[in-house]
Amino acid sequence: MSAAIEVRGLGKQFRIGVKQRVKNGATIRDLVTDGVAGLLRRGRRTEENDAKNLFWALKDINLSISQGEVVGVIGKNGSGKSTFLKVLSDIVEPTEGRVVIRGRVASLLEVGTGFHNELTGRENIFLNGALLGMTQQEVRRNFDRIVDFSGVGKFLDTPVKRYSSGMYVRLAFAVAAHLDPEVLIVDEVLAVGDFAFQQKCLGRMKEVAQDGRTVLFVSHNMASVEMLCSRCVLLDGGHLMDDGDPYEITRAYRLRMSEMDNHILANLDNVEGAARKVRILSSVCLVDEAGALTSYIPISRAFNVRIGVRIPAGLRNISYVVRIESTFGVRMLTLCSPPNDTELNVPGAHEITCRVNEFPLTMGAYRIGLGVFQGREMIDQVNDALSFIVTEGEVFKEGRAPLAGMCVARSEWGIEGHLIAADSDAIPNSSLLEPTLDAPGEVEVAELEGSSSLCA
Amino acid sequence: MSAQEPTLVAATPKKPARAQSEAGTRVRVIEPGTVSLIHLVKDLWRSRELLFFLTWRDIKVRYKQTALGVLWAILQPVISMVVLSIVFGRLAGIGKTITSHVPYPVFVYSGLLPWTFFASTLGSSSNSVLGNAALINKIRFPRIALPIAASVGEMVDFGLSFLVLIGLMLWYHVPIRAGILFIPFLTLGVCMVALGLGSIFASLTVKYRDFRYIVPFVTQIWMFLTPVIYPINFVVSKKHEWLFNLNPLSGWVGAFRAALLGDPLNWGQLGISVGVSVVVLLAGVYYFRRTERRFAELI
Repeated sequence: MSAAIEVRGLGKQFRIGVKQRVKNGATIRDLVTDGVAGLLRRGRRTEENDAKNLFWALKDINLSISQGEVVGVIGKNGSGKSTFLKVLSDIVEPTEGRVVIRGRVASLLEVGTGFHNELTGRENIFLNGALLGMTQQEVRRNFDRIVDFSGVGKFLDTPVKRYSSGMYVRLAFAVAAHLDPEVLIVDEVLAVGDFAFQQKCLGRMKEVAQDGRTVLFVSHNMASVEMLCSRCVLLDGGHLMDDGDPYEITRAYRLRMSEMDNHILANLDNVEGAARKVRILSSVCLVDEAGALTSYIPISRAFNVRIGVRIPAGLRNISYVVRIESTFGVRMLTLCSPPNDTELNVPGAHEITCRVNEFPLTMGAYRIGLGVFQGREMIDQVNDALSFIVTEGEVFKEGRAPLAGMCVARSEWGIEGHLIAADSDAIPNSSLLEPTLDAPGEVEVAELEGSSSLCA
Repeated sequence: MSAQEPTLVAATPKKPARAQSEAGTRVRVIEPGTVSLIHLVKDLWRSRELLFFLTWRDIKVRYKQTALGVLWAILQPVISMVVLSIVFGRLAGIGKTITSHVPYPVFVYSGLLPWTFFASTLGSSSNSVLGNAALINKIRFPRIALPIAASVGEMVDFGLSFLVLIGLMLWYHVPIRAGILFIPFLTLGVCMVALGLGSIFASLTVKYRDFRYIVPFVTQIWMFLTPVIYPINFVVSKKHEWLFNLNPLSGWVGAFRAALLGDPLNWGQLGISVGVSVVVLLAGVYYFRRTERRFAELI
């Protein structure tokens, strides 16, 4: 049987500087300059000049995917993952090489593409379905199932701009979830939505995989790659570095990542990535309670994530997202700046602070990923920007060691109607106390020290 | 690869992906290549539903949330007509002298109708690519669907303005002639020029953003070079008429007037218009196809 996806000698070269110049407003004057420069260059084309401006986002990629395989593509920022997907989705043209795809292809590079705010949910289902390549018939056939999956129900006929971002994402994914192609190309779309929704998405992806479809899946979440994929491919600097068992490759990748220097301050200016539409994020560091830069945060303590940003003029409705993930890429928590905070939109170079008062996660190593959104659209993103370690310490300043678990939380214990906080001054910290009777019928509940030995 | 790499990057015309059938399964080949017209037509046909939805979306969104809604389509030419009638018709005293057989308002509106259609279509199609940046980056479809959807959207406005013209003609007791049946074809003719040029501008605007501002400006000037508000013999001597006729819009506007008002049809002028329009359309589409492969990188 011939391969479902066959990639031979694929390469994609970009000219740097052009996109930046265009974004900064290339004008007709540039058109003339380009024209003149082009004429002049025909005479004396120097290789070094070209080498400076050009870079290979993908080079010499050879890959053969059989029908029914579920292949995960991993790699760090700028490794060429998104470019690879875009070439396979026929959105960006290769510079050299050849790709052959057999079967009906659907690409899911972003959830909610084409959704128009003024249209209702119902209208957007049809529009989005058509954009994703579903025929009208298919959309109509699956309509009820799509609405069920999304849980949008009674809001179907209101304009989508009134939806909460959760509803928006659910509806968008619901349409995508009912795509029925032979080859499915997916780009980290599982990074959106709340936990329940992410589980739903993963579930759907599993179904699709089990149905015998060919899936190409890009993610930096190793857990989902291991769970869904039968094969894994590692990209680095545009080259295909490894191709084989997901378990082995993700372990090796993790190992390599943790061997990298633990930076206290990460400079993000030179980080590449297809998701970096506007380069807003320029640095990130952690600052502890004392105000010092650090990579180590004691458990349950406060810290600030200090994000250096460069905001160009004219952007509004900017919000920031800080994603805290395990080294395995599992999303532990997401922190989001308040919407419509105009202070955070001011153009120029600043440092934005995200303060967490009591960090609840337990000891271990974590990675920080950053995202910048304009409204609902993500305009900048750096995954794995910085790593840090939560160290042992007093939990919530209660004088106790952390107990087993993935995170810590405050608790208050007592008899129904009479709660006492765990760190209340009334109760001394030392040994077992005997209950004392203040008055007939009243019992004072005493703290039981040594509970760690009971539960640990 | 070797030291020949730099030459690969000098953007030679590329072929878009082909999709053929291989024993029933659709096969898509993606590689650098050349442009072909047949492939374009096949691609468009396969994406016809998408084209429909894009057009439908543009039309629906256009009037949602506007207070006057659909009236906006009519207001622009009507107000232009009123203003021009007052300025040229009455004040300058031109009205009576140049258009003896039709009242000036009808004369000017019959020119404004195709002109407004042309100007709006040119404007919308020029912005269609940049305005749909999100789609370009994430979805695969023949990009020419965007200017086409924009043009079709404008036809709805045109239809409404046309109804107003009929009303106007009835008001002024101008007889409605059989020539009116040619209007759809003439409209398509205007559409060809608008689409061809719009495609070129749409592509240029992606790379050089200030083309956005040039288009309205150029359109303004162009209107005065076309016999919209004045008949052709008013400004130009017979000797230089051919120059004027190089402007494809002259022919179309003239033909509109001939069809609607019974003016004598200048076949030479119309012939030139048809020829130039077809060339502009083909050149525009070709240029667009050649450059569309780089859109996702530049937007």
